[in-house]
Formats: sequence, structure tokens, C-alpha cells
Amino acid sequence: MLKRKNTTIPFYMDPWFWVKLMVFVIFAVFLVWPFSSIITNAFKSTKVAGFTLRNFERFFTKKYYYGALWNSVGISLVPTIFAVVLGVPMAYLMTRYNVWGKKIWHVLAILSLMSPPFLGAYAWIMLFGRAGSITTFLANYGITIPTIYGFGGISTVLTLKLYPYIYMYTSGAMESIDSSLEECAENLGSGKLRRFFTVTMPVVTPSITAGALVVFMSALADFGTPMLLGGSEFRTLPVLIYNEYLSETGGNGNLASAISIIIVIITLVMLLVQKGYVGRRNYIMSALRPPKETEVHGFRRFLVTLPVFLISFISFLPQIVVCASSFQHTNYSSFIGGFTFENYQNLGARLWSSLGNTFSYSLIAMVFIVIIGILMSYAIVRKKGKTGGILDMLLMAPYVIPGSVLGLCYIVTFNVKPLILTGTAAIIIISYIIRKLPYTVRSASAFLLQMDPSVEEASINLGVPPMKTFWKVTARLMLPGVFSGAILSWVTCINELSCSIMLSSGHNNTLTIEAYTNIVRNSVGSGAALSAILTVTSGLILIIALRVTKGKIRV
Amino acid sequence: MSNAVIIKDAVKKYGDFIALKGVSLDIKEGEFFTLLGPSGCGKTTLLRQIAGFNSIEGGDFYFGDKRINAVPAHKRDIGMVFQNYAIFPHLTVEENVAYGLKARNVPKAEIAPRVKEALELVQIAHLAKRKPSELSGGQQQRVALARAFVIEPSVLLMDEPLSNLDAKLRVQMRTVIKKLQRKLGITTIYVTHDQEEALAISDRIAVMKDGVIMQIGTPTEIYAKPQNPFVAGFIGVSNFLECTVESGGVVDIHGQLKIKVPTKKDYVGPARLSARPEQLFFSEEGLPGEIMFSTFLGDFIEYEVRLADGQNLIVNEYTKDTTEVHEAGEKVFLNFDPTRISVYEAESEEVITC
Repeated sequence: MLKRKNTTIPFYMDPWFWVKLMVFVIFAVFLVWPFSSIITNAFKSTKVAGFTLRNFERFFTKKYYYGALWNSVGISLVPTIFAVVLGVPMAYLMTRYNVWGKKIWHVLAILSLMSPPFLGAYAWIMLFGRAGSITTFLANYGITIPTIYGFGGISTVLTLKLYPYIYMYTSGAMESIDSSLEECAENLGSGKLRRFFTVTMPVVTPSITAGALVVFMSALADFGTPMLLGGSEFRTLPVLIYNEYLSETGGNGNLASAISIIIVIITLVMLLVQKGYVGRRNYIMSALRPPKETEVHGFRRFLVTLPVFLISFISFLPQIVVCASSFQHTNYSSFIGGFTFENYQNLGARLWSSLGNTFSYSLIAMVFIVIIGILMSYAIVRKKGKTGGILDMLLMAPYVIPGSVLGLCYIVTFNVKPLILTGTAAIIIISYIIRKLPYTVRSASAFLLQMDPSVEEASINLGVPPMKTFWKVTARLMLPGVFSGAILSWVTCINELSCSIMLSSGHNNTLTIEAYTNIVRNSVGSGAALSAILTVTSGLILIIALRVTKGKIRV
Repeated sequence: MSNAVIIKDAVKKYGDFIALKGVSLDIKEGEFFTLLGPSGCGKTTLLRQIAGFNSIEGGDFYFGDKRINAVPAHKRDIGMVFQNYAIFPHLTVEENVAYGLKARNVPKAEIAPRVKEALELVQIAHLAKRKPSELSGGQQQRVALARAFVIEPSVLLMDEPLSNLDAKLRVQMRTVIKKLQRKLGITTIYVTHDQEEALAISDRIAVMKDGVIMQIGTPTEIYAKPQNPFVAGFIGVSNFLECTVESGGVVDIHGQLKIKVPTKKDYVGPARLSARPEQLFFSEEGLPGEIMFSTFLGDFIEYEVRLADGQNLIVNEYTKDTTEVHEAGEKVFLNFDPTRISVYEAESEEVITC
């Protein structure tokens, strides 16, 4: 019998085959290959030939190294706990009461989350550091305050910067609890407090743990804060990677590679712990009737507003301090008051080149992120196939690989043949794309999952070929969702430090690197001015984004 | 080219699950043909195979004499109305309707009048500049209709187009669709699970169950002569009774009543009888029963009658045919109109009455 082929077309005629292939090639070259080369690097040494555990042996026997491991765990765990302590009550008050100035506190929380990574540390040094304005002011009256340097200071700064993750994840969950659930508990005789702990909390706990995981990973990966506040005694793993790499120049970064692997293992373990905990506890809800806001008046309204105000204001304070200081006169390495534009005038050409680099790199990266993001999310959601699982896994990479580790991966891999990229702008742009693409893919996928596939089918049915339909209808409809995700990625690219500082070679410094370098070199005036420009730029972009998306920004 | 749709032995597989087990249809040009069945019967699967959105695991699909199995969806020249309308949310009403014309490279000067005419046909010309989000469900439905037929397709497919509308609008739109189809003469394949809708709108109906066609026929054929107990139960209300068929087409019900029915095959043995509520009537002798409940519904009275073995039957009596209303508790005898009832073999469920 004659067997006729039905509607199957050869794979090379399917454009989605090529999209998937492109994505795999990008991730293979710029993620899998670099990461596997630091794995092999970690088991090599310049002192002995072949496979060796020497680097790990050295790490776990010298206090200089394993001390940093405990420091890292400490400054990740403690801010996570305190971020929950601040973020959960704030989410509860913001979703359940008519808090005065609600929108302002919400925006302030987003702004402090999206601020440059070293800004908090820098501002706190200005206030409470050895020559800080509050320290010297109090010293006049003989009062000494506990030191800001080391464990306590780093934990405080990271808590205040990262608590918004908890606030946003938790308030998202609290808004999706159907009010009938709580009413039911009340109807069954539960008091308000009892109801909170027996119904509300268990339902939002998975979201809190998801937020806590992000806080933990961000704190663990943070580079700017411990660099500024750690001094020479308190080192964390990302700082070690940076220092080791600098001192090992000429070598292959064997020890730095080993440290990188240890840090990735820690994040992987935390990820699995969180996933294991949430496992069956994920209560998916869509509130038919979102919980009602309790109207309170007078003093009670003041009481529910006060904690929210204090938390968001204190966490936003660094940005005010830095911007205000940038207009002060400086004398050697300290601010001496007054009002001047000289800090800005002194910047000269460095400002324009770094500003140009920041915008050109981040915008080029954004173009790629938006285009690849749309294609990739479509391939994952609608054309799953056998490779969907692998694509999903690749998307987890930036969550577990800290910036400094990726930076090291790239240096180790791309300063030798066959592909030499170190010192170019391209490598910084690529690092932006690899690190931020997954966030855009995720937000685009979430959007696509809600979109009815029959809209695309209607277009095909009306005679527009599938690929043309994709660009004309699907991509067009996805654009708003993709943009709101991409704008956040843009702001984080602008403020990126830990990865780009390892990849930059002077002439391609971004604004963030330039600001950080000035602060480290004690040219406080320029540092403050550059930080202020950075803060205001990020703030403006975010506020425009919030306006355009009507406040629907997801972190 | 003729716009008939011919399907031979269509098969659809999802892994090991066979959703369509060799379905054959012969839909005539200009016909309003409905695929009717409960959810999961394969009716939408088949429609999507015709549209080109589902792969075809077996069988041949023809539009006229042209085999379309390998023709991609966008080249099949089919109009389709989706269950949730699938209006492009970023385009206005007239842009939505013009979409298919532009894809066909219709000259610009021709597009505007054709769009206008289509919108007038579905009575929404005044909404041309609106965005879909500003339209009600019924209005969106009209846009979807206009968008589907403005391209003058050879075949029009409709996938439960009325299921998202409220009851009153559904009846209203059903008439709009029927009249429009008559006027344009487009071969139409319509999918629904609503038997009343299918009866009202179709020229012919295919009743489906578990990927198999149970019966194809006009609405009257399907209602009056269901070919198997499934169709009898799915379309309208039917009373089922166990019975025995004796030689000569004599049906013995519970040993209490014997009626002779016209048969098309010789069968002797256990059987099942189905009768519509209006095909039963009260008489002097027959199946003894007791009135349990009566509901006066204006043009007819619905009775619930319990037989001696405890089974309940529904009996409708038209008010124009009777003057008395039976009360609950009253003892009655039931009889059947032998030319209207259907009898099926117990084992094979095949119909033996003609």
C-alpha cells in the first residue's frame, strides 16, 4: 500500500528548530563552555601536573579562605532573616490597611532594591564611618557608636537593600488570597491573630521562601558592599574571587575557580532546599474576591503607616545622602559642607565616556534580550518538544551563578584562543545578556501562558503564514509584558558591578565601575557625583517604567 | 471547484490514546453540517484537523477533489470562528475584519467597501472604529463572524461559537448565523455539544461519541429515528425499557404489554426500547403504573409514572388533546405508538425498527 506522508514537514524547514538551535549555541558558548572550563581549572594547579584537589585542600585548611566561607554564609543568612522580619509585616500592612502614601512607599522600596550595589555601603560610611558625619558629630559629645565595618554593618546594609524582595513576593501572595478563605476562618471562630498564623501565613509561606531564596542569593553574590565595608579583615567569597584573580594574574585562576565552584554549590543547595520545602505546599490561587483593605482613621492610621514609612525611608536614605553629598565641597577625602557643582565639573571626560559606555552596552544588550527573549519564551511555552526541559534548566543559571563567578568564567575562557574577547565591549554586553535574559524570558513566558493560542490560530487561518503571524500578532501582543521585564533588566544592567568590573579594562568602564573605583580610591567628590548621576538615572527610568506599566512591575 | 468536504477514515492519536477512530463524512456544497457530541467525543479534534491545526495520523481530507492533508493551515482558504472569538485585541473592529483581506493582497480600494458590507451584514457597522475591549460578548461574536466570512472562504468552520453567550443571546445569534449561512451559501461545519442548538441550526448532524460517529442525519431523522440508545438518550428525552422481541416483530414488555412494531431485520431475543415522552399515552389497558407527580407546563403536562418494577417513565400529554389532569396516586395504563418507538438489540445495540 502506498503510504502517503501527512502534515509533517522536515525539521530544517521549521523556523523554530533554528531558534532553538541559536539559543542552544548561545548558551553553550557563553555559559556551558566557560563554566566547564572553570570546573576543570579548579582541579588543576600550576605547581603539579594533572588532576589535583590541591586548590580545595588549600581552601579548607587556611583560615584566610574557609573563614570567608563562614563570613559569606553569615552575611547571607542574617540579612535573609531580617529581611523577612521587615518585609512580611510591611506586606501585611500594605495589602490590608489604608496606609497613608501607599504608592510612595512602594516606589521607594523598588528604588532601593534597584540602587547600585555599593551605594548603601557608601552612604552608611558617609554617615557612620570612621570620618562619617554622624560619627564625628556624636564624638564631639563623647558618644561612640558601634563600628559599621564588618559583619554587623554588611548585614544591616544588605537587609535594608534586599528586604523589598520579601515585601513584593509576600504582598503578591497576600493579594491573591481569596477573602472568603479568611472570612471562613473567622466564621469558624478564629480570632484575627489566630487567623493570621493558621490561615494567612501558611498560604503565603511558599512565596516568602521564594523571596528569601532570592535575598540569600543576592546577598551571597554581593560584591560591592563587602568590598567597601569588609576592610582587610572581613572577606567574603566574591571578594576572594576578585582578589585571587587579581593576584593570580598570569596564572589560570585555579584557586579562584575552586572558590567559584564552592559558591555555586552553596546556591544550588539553597535552591534545592527551597524547592524541596515548597514542593507540595504550593497553593495556587486566583482570588475571585481579593482581600478587603481595612479602613482605619486618625491615630490608628498613623500607627499602620509609621512602620512602613520607617522601613522604606531608612532603606531609601542612602540615595538621598549620596545625592546631597555630591553637592558638598571636599577637602582631601572628606566632605566639608557648603554647596557646589565642582564635583560634577571635575568629572570631565570620564563622565561622558563612562556614561556613553553604560548606555550603549546596556541598550545593545536590551535589544538582544528583547528579541531573543520573545523567541525563546515562545519556543519554551508553545513549541516545548524534547528540548524544553533543557532550555528551562539553562534559564536557572543566572540564579545560581553569581556575577563575579561568571566574570571569572569569561576571563578564564575568553583570553585564550579560539575566541579572544577579554578587554572588549562585546564581552561585557554578552555577560549582560546571559545574566538578564532569563528574567525577561520568565516574564514573557508568564504572559504567553495567559494568552489564548486561538488568537494566533485565527491569524494563520486568515491566511498569514505561521512565522509572519508570530511577528505580526504574538510578538506584538507580548511586547508590553516583555518591556516591563526588560526595563527592570536594563536598570540592573546599568547598576551591574560584580561581573563587569572583572571584564572591564579601563577604557570600557561603565558609570557604575567608574563610581565604585573613585570611591575605593578615596576621591569621594567624584564618587558621590557619579553615584548621584547613577541613582537619578536609574530612578528616572524606574519611575517612567512604573508610569507606563501602571505600577505593575514584577521583580 | 466544488466546495464539498469529504473525509475518509480520519484518525487522530495522542500517544497511545486514539481520539478519532476512522471518521468518514461527506459534506455537500453549501450544507450546514454540525458535529454534535459530549465533551471528549472528538468533534473539536476533527474540526481542527480540517482547519490544519491538528496533525492527521490517518485518513484523507478533500475539499472538492483536492486532497488537503499536506496543505498548511494558512493556505487552506477556510474561515473559522473560535469558541472564545480570538479577536485581535490590538486591532480595531474594522482592522480585525480587514486582516484576512490584507493577507490575501486584496487591493486597498476594495478592502474598505468589503469590510463595510461585512459589518453591515452582522449589524455592527457603527462599531467599526472600536477596540475589542470596548465590545460586549455578542458584539465580539459578530466581529469574529464578519472576519471569517469576509474572505469568502470555501468552507466556514465554527467551534462552539455560542457557548460563551448567555441563553437569550445564544438563541438570537443562532438565528443570525443560520440566516447568514443561507444567504452566503458557504459550506459550514459547526461544532457544538448543545443538542437543541444542533437541531435548530443544522441541515445535517453527525452525532459523535468516543471518536466514532454514532449517526448522521437531518435533525428530524435523528430525533425521530435514533439509530442507537446513545443517540436516543443524547438527543432530547427518551424513556428506556427492557423488553423481549418475539418473531414477527412482536415486542413483549415485562410480560404485561405486547405491541407489534415494523422491523427491518429478523431478530428474536432480549432488546431495549426507547420512546419519547410524547410517544407514550394513557389508555384503557397496557403497562400498569401509578402517577407520582404531575407538572403543568402550559401547552403540555409532564407526568412521572412509576411502573410495577419501580422504574419511572416521563409521559407528556398535550393540553389540546385532553381535558383532564391526572392526579398523583392515580392508577393508569400506558401504551405506545408502535410506529414511533425504536427498539435495539440488547447486545449489539443495533436498531431493528424502521
